[in-house]
Amino acid sequence: MRMRILEISVGAFILAGILALIGLALNVSGLSMSNAGDTYTVYARFENIGGLTPRSKVTMSGVTIGKVTNIDLDTDQLVARVTMEINGDVDFLSIDSSASILTAGLLGEKYIGISVGAEEEYLGSGDYIEDTQSALVLEDLVGKFLFNEVSE
Amino acid sequence: MNLFDDVIIDIQKLSFSRGERPIYSDVDIKIPRGKITAIMGPSGTGKTTLLRLIGGQLRPESGSILIDDQNVPELSRGDLFKIRERMGMLFQSGALFTDMSVFENVAFPLRVHTDLPEDMIRDIVLMKLQAVGLRGANTLMPSELSGGMARRVALARAISLDPDIVMYDEPFTGQDPIAMGVLVNLIRHLNQSLGHTSIIVSHDIQETLGIADYIYLIADASVIAHGTPEELKQVDSPQVRQFMHGLPDGPVPFHFPAGDYSDDLLQGGL
Amino acid sequence: MDRLALLGRAGLDKLAAFGRSSMILFQSLIAKPQPVMMFPLLIQQIYFVGVLSLVIIVVSGLFIGMVLGLQGYTILVDYGSEQAVGQMVALSLVRELAPVVTALLFAGRAGSALTAEIGLMKATEQLSSLEMIGVDPLRRIIAPRFWAGFICLPILAAIFAIVGIYGGAIVSIDWLGIYDGSFWANMQNSVDFGEDVVNGLIKAIVFGFVVTWIAVFQGYDCIPTSEGISQATTKTVVYSSLAVLSLDFILTAVMFGEL
Repeated sequence: MRMRILEISVGAFILAGILALIGLALNVSGLSMSNAGDTYTVYARFENIGGLTPRSKVTMSGVTIGKVTNIDLDTDQLVARVTMEINGDVDFLSIDSSASILTAGLLGEKYIGISVGAEEEYLGSGDYIEDTQSALVLEDLVGKFLFNEVSE
Repeated sequence: MNLFDDVIIDIQKLSFSRGERPIYSDVDIKIPRGKITAIMGPSGTGKTTLLRLIGGQLRPESGSILIDDQNVPELSRGDLFKIRERMGMLFQSGALFTDMSVFENVAFPLRVHTDLPEDMIRDIVLMKLQAVGLRGANTLMPSELSGGMARRVALARAISLDPDIVMYDEPFTGQDPIAMGVLVNLIRHLNQSLGHTSIIVSHDIQETLGIADYIYLIADASVIAHGTPEELKQVDSPQVRQFMHGLPDGPVPFHFPAGDYSDDLLQGGL
Repeated sequence: MDRLALLGRAGLDKLAAFGRSSMILFQSLIAKPQPVMMFPLLIQQIYFVGVLSLVIIVVSGLFIGMVLGLQGYTILVDYGSEQAVGQMVALSLVRELAPVVTALLFAGRAGSALTAEIGLMKATEQLSSLEMIGVDPLRRIIAPRFWAGFICLPILAAIFAIVGIYGGAIVSIDWLGIYDGSFWANMQNSVDFGEDVVNGLIKAIVFGFVVTWIAVFQGYDCIPTSEGISQATTKTVVYSSLAVLSLDFILTAVMFGEL
């Protein structure tokens, strides 16, 4: 009988551990089961990425459709190259889509926003988004504003 | 009839030391089969060490310990565990497993070493417990037993596999006279009825003299005398006499080695 | 000169102890495991090591999560970004506090008990007695305890983290009035399963291994007297705390730093 209680409590303990892990996975890290693993890779070149970091989200009309996995320097064109993983079920991005680096709020995190173009062909794995818009850098903006004032 | 016609354990030229201190140097001991042999000597002479050497828990520096022509120090780990199945050992404290009941303690060696069905194990355990008079205590936990009872349970456990050799480490120490008498009788009775070889390590002279067939007296890292109880009583050596009669002073001095007494006292006053 | 010799001897002693502990580790775990015989023993040990540590883990997890919520809020509210409190609570718990604090509590609660239990078995000759019965105490006594600690710590750390996060949520959402949608959304955006949760669990596994190793070795190697056992128990808590904290730095540097 004593052994029986022991076994049941150990079973409950291990179950609690697994439940906690599932909680951590779903509730805390927002891992969703549906499209995990099923993604394709798209690249984009930017003049300036501002404060974009790996793991930033990629959105379309504000809906998260993927994430940035890597940022490196394109040594041919001497610009930043951003690698993105787009969820597999978002397979309707036309090849003339544009990507821009946006900021959530004034000081918030950077993310990539994608807006779809009009072409019939869609982006596949390994393709580049050609139409890109770099991050707004506050210093440049201030500089431009001052320059305009002076030139007027 | 000669006791040593049939020797089960033959220890030859055994040397062992702990750090700088020699415990044994070139000791020869023969243990006759089916008899009760006692190893006696003052405390701290390493009598328990001898049992551990026989059991292979310690390795000697040199010399051999032959159990039926198998040299214990040279056995592999696997063979060592195999030969230990032929030995039962009764530890000074009893060493019962505190997380098991009396029944489970005695059943433990059977469960580990045999594939007997449960009802057979139950029968054997109850028989062994009956032999030590504690069948009624089989559901108790070790913490509920008195010291003497714990030692008897440990004895039942030691003999549960019907070993060839049973070793007793200080079985009489710290027992009241009744428990002591019970143990003395048990050891003699079990030895006769089960026919195993018993080795008793002890410094309780009267009890041991009463049951031993042969006695080895150990002091200063070697055997100082051996013989049957009658022979030992006749030995004239002052060292043996001091031990056998429990004299407070003699070759084993009462005082720990120290400088001159008066010098020591005067120094403190200055 | 004497001091130098003393230092050398102390170093050699430590080295020898490390060698002995590695031998114990090897013999109890790697050489011939016997899963069938061990299973009931393992269940028993998971009960003693894991289930009985649950209360202290849950209570401390809850309070640490609540404190993090409160502290995070008072700091972040100055920058107008109190919405990020969920992210702060979750990240600090999952990456650092859950594995480290769980390991420290585990060393105090279960590690010391393991050392004392094994030390007492040694002092009462139960280990020798097992050997004489022909059972290897390393496999019978040490191995199940070792595996139990190894299995339990990650489970306890996961429970600690989840309880702590809900403790933080209670404080932030119900008491401080943060909008619960942004609390969870911020958290889910910033916590990555592979990067944060899995790394935290790896830490917990490493700590579980080290703490039980130290506890089991100190018990098995202690001087079999009441004094020796109490010393060994103290050593277990001190050594495992030091090991956990220093290993945590190394692991963090490898996992999250750009080394």
